[in-house]
Amino acid sequence: METDQLIRTLAADTRQRPWPVGLVLAVALLAAGLVSIAMFSAALGVRPDVMSAMHNPFFDLKFVVTLALASSAIVVGLHLSRPEATLRGWAWLLLIPLLFLAGGIGCEMLLPQPVPMMTRMIGKNWSVCLVAIPALSLPLLAAALIGLRHGASTRPAVTGAIAGMLSAGLAATLYASHCTDDSPLFVATWYTIGTALLAVIGAVAGARVLRF
Amino acid sequence: MREREDDWTALMRAAISGDGAAYHRLLKAVTPVLRAAAKRGLARAGQPVDQSEDIVQDILLAVHLKRHTWDANAPFAPWLFAIARNKLIDSLRRRGRRVFVNIDDFAEVLPGEAAPETAPATEVAAQLQSLPVRQRQVLQSIAVESASIKDTAKKFAMSEGAVRVALHRGLASLTAKLREH
Repeated sequence: METDQLIRTLAADTRQRPWPVGLVLAVALLAAGLVSIAMFSAALGVRPDVMSAMHNPFFDLKFVVTLALASSAIVVGLHLSRPEATLRGWAWLLLIPLLFLAGGIGCEMLLPQPVPMMTRMIGKNWSVCLVAIPALSLPLLAAALIGLRHGASTRPAVTGAIAGMLSAGLAATLYASHCTDDSPLFVATWYTIGTALLAVIGAVAGARVLRF
Repeated sequence: MREREDDWTALMRAAISGDGAAYHRLLKAVTPVLRAAAKRGLARAGQPVDQSEDIVQDILLAVHLKRHTWDANAPFAPWLFAIARNKLIDSLRRRGRRVFVNIDDFAEVLPGEAAPETAPATEVAAQLQSLPVRQRQVLQSIAVESASIKDTAKKFAMSEGAVRVALHRGLASLTAKLREH
């Protein structure tokens, strides 16, 4: 086919306006969110004392951290879905959840604690946490990759890693409502391991599926 | 140069809001620039420059299918060159070369630089044959026979909407096949 012929063909295909990347991502994440919620309700469920736990600022902080992770990763991921985008000036957004976490750890240090530090860090649920966050993340990771695939990232592995962090942030939000370990030290350890794992899986998958 | 790029941005804005003629003019205008850059990139990588037209068509398809990722408030040229660079690197990589693509390949093009002879592109034409019959017929009718959507619809006893869908799907699967290839 001559290039002129191709150009004519492309110019004929302008009536349909493609969806913006953000919209595709939102729809995909909503659908996958329902799957993850179903998995969560079937296997774990919200902790029984949730009403009183909400009065504990360290319980609430878990959601601030996980939602900050999810939303900053969504913003950075959407930014990277444009071909000319670089991480410069945007990567710091991903530090926001870590700042909340560091603040939480600092506050906890200042308060008198009945349980020693190592016990708070190891917690009771670390093994559940290590399985639950990645498992709940997988449908969300698939959705994030589908959404971002609609974009045109010229850094597919990095964008995939961001998709992994995004899915871990959302999955951890669900998991946090089940887990009775509220210490920021626990979150900083086990949630971070889960998030890092998902970032690696996302990078490997992204390098394959986000190329365009 | 700046003026040219402002023209491109204005044309792309019109194109995004459904102006097919502006879109056609824009693609015609950027093609020689892409061709010259593709030739330079191939030459630099020690590859025969007669593959440049395949790369140009690859870039044009990507521009078309990813046009929604262009931010209408941003200039068009950096977006275009980012896609072009990505496609050039990709195609050199597929040919098994260490890749050094200079950003300048896409940044400075002498204004009036024309590409005298152009080697025929073969990849799109080859992949066209592997499309489902309907998509291939519609693409060929519009591309090769330069029929309008309306005439194509009449010829194959399809609705215009169905022709548009077949056209769009055909272009998308063509791009997917080029990527796998």
